[in-house]
Amino acid sequence: MKIIEAKGIGKKYNINHQKGGYVALRDVLTNIFKNPFAFLKTKAKDVLGIDTKEEFWALRDINFEINKGEVVGIIGRNGAGKSTLLKILSQITPPTTGEIKIHGTVGSLLEVGTGFHPELTGRENIFLNGAILGMKKSSIIKKFDEIVKFAGVEKFLDTPVKYYSSGMYVRLAFSVAAHMDSDILIIDEVLAVGDSDFQKKCLGKMEEITNKEGRTILFVSHNMDTIRRLCKKTILLKDGGIEAIGDTDIILKNYVGILETDRDSFEIKSGLKKIVLKKIVFKQQDQSFSIIIDSQEKISSIRIGLGINSVDSNRITTLLSNHFNKKLDIIPGSNEFVCTIPLLPIKPGYYYIDILVGNDSEVFLFSKEKYSFTINNSIGVNQQLDDSQGYVIIDQNWSKK
Amino acid sequence: MESQITIIKPKKLFSFSELKEVWKHRELLYFFTWRDLKVRYKQTAIGALWAIFQPFITMVVFTVFFGGLLNVPSDGVPYPIFVYTGLLFWQFFSTALSDTSSVLITNQAIITKVYFPRLLLPLSSVATKFVDFAIASIILVGMMMYYGYTPNLVGLLVIPLLLLITFMASVGLGLFLASINVKYRDVRYVLPFFIQMLLFVTPVIYPAGVLGKYSWILALNPMMGVIQSARAALLGTTVLNWTLVFISLLATFILMIIGIYTFKKTERYFADII
Repeated sequence: MKIIEAKGIGKKYNINHQKGGYVALRDVLTNIFKNPFAFLKTKAKDVLGIDTKEEFWALRDINFEINKGEVVGIIGRNGAGKSTLLKILSQITPPTTGEIKIHGTVGSLLEVGTGFHPELTGRENIFLNGAILGMKKSSIIKKFDEIVKFAGVEKFLDTPVKYYSSGMYVRLAFSVAAHMDSDILIIDEVLAVGDSDFQKKCLGKMEEITNKEGRTILFVSHNMDTIRRLCKKTILLKDGGIEAIGDTDIILKNYVGILETDRDSFEIKSGLKKIVLKKIVFKQQDQSFSIIIDSQEKISSIRIGLGINSVDSNRITTLLSNHFNKKLDIIPGSNEFVCTIPLLPIKPGYYYIDILVGNDSEVFLFSKEKYSFTINNSIGVNQQLDDSQGYVIIDQNWSKK
Repeated sequence: MESQITIIKPKKLFSFSELKEVWKHRELLYFFTWRDLKVRYKQTAIGALWAIFQPFITMVVFTVFFGGLLNVPSDGVPYPIFVYTGLLFWQFFSTALSDTSSVLITNQAIITKVYFPRLLLPLSSVATKFVDFAIASIILVGMMMYYGYTPNLVGLLVIPLLLLITFMASVGLGLFLASINVKYRDVRYVLPFFIQMLLFVTPVIYPAGVLGKYSWILALNPMMGVIQSARAALLGTTVLNWTLVFISLLATFILMIIGIYTFKKTERYFADII
């Protein structure tokens, strides 16, 4: 049974340069970056006094159908239109074109703790937040004990939440949200809060909601591991349109096979040396990483490396050139360093990469969670680990004596 | 399973299904009102007594200066009770107006994250004023007993109607101001000044008759009809003028339509620009 049908959804933002009213700066900025020439043109027109009205389509011609009980992931880069789509689905902002037909009640969770008031007590906030999320008072009363128990705040129910620790606050907020009773849940990356223990608890709860209660869920996340775990179907957005829609595994394979780095090169100045990280490419077939760096100066005998991090920010391993006494130099201009890996026996999944470049005295670190890649099959080993077996397969021999 | 179909599409200006939505979310309206009241008096020493304090002190000051020193006429009733009756309605209107106009800005965190009929927010901020009104009117009852005024039955019956007019006037004008406040943040600077001006063109501190044959200008201001009728009903200053009540009702009706229209028009995009 179809529960959501979207036909030709589009969302246009008008950016009126002439009037300079109160428009969202965010949108203006995205527009400048997306389309610098158009921006310059309108600026020029501005100076010449010609009225300009710039249009920006955050979403264009979106069509999809979702069946009852499906858990659907929505992925895409920043600016691909994920948030806009969520906002339209949760009726925060209307679409410019098209129509969505929804059978059932919609609960949206774009943020944990929407409407919490610091002056009110935990008990009061449960009711207020529940009501804002669209729960009936009677159903809040019915689920009250469950909510409190899940959050683990029994002792502080009558304390204003401004005295709560941030952990308690988030737990209470998530707990209310997790007990929403709508047919369709729309969730933005709210799981990216709290400590990792609580995140696990939340994920568990999410799985429970989807498996046991058979509810329809739309889930936006950057975390491919979570998407893979929770969602069978995925919608991939790109530049405001649907790039692909279908089975999660297939989409993830096509989408995140290659690193997301062509987006930005970025720059670190330290001391006199100036180097720019241009690009990182991970080629699963060649079993290699390429790191392309521009430099203005020669830097001799550098160390270069990759840190591989799990999605919950634990370093799995570090590949570092000086571990193998490799002497490498950076010359002025473009440099490509290639690291070939015969074995990368880590669990299939989604990983973040840190790039480290340094000499004897300093190390430049290109930060976490900017770059990511997916491993579909552990390289060089026949076995695959599952979720409960850790991250790495160590070469081993079994025999019986 | 109860099957409910929601259709999301480009927003029309106004449809009656929206009123149904408001009704469906009436519990949330209650919670918003409850929150506002609760938060307002949470860390105050005398709590809800503030609702009495403000009009009471204003009444004392006005009585000393306007009633005593300036000898402003008061239609033959003692000046304190004359001005307090006016103040009661005036404060309802003016505080509701200033709260409503900023309600979208103060609740922007919710507006950009959750859907509910946006009308609830201004409605709830006006609704809290009913509570203040009820508390503050205790003083009026006390004063009426002290000065020995007993309202007649018609008088008592007309009070709810006057409250309704005040409610509609604050909602109407409030919605209008709230919507333009989203786009132009100047409103919050202009508004206190505007409300102060309004106080002087509304017969709160002086009787409506003071302008003689130009009194009809004042009648365009719906609060004029409300305050004058309240005095007539409760204190018997003049005969209750039904034409005046009707003019006020009509004027607030127009205000309401303008307010809702502007609000609906801005509602389409204020989650995007707030």
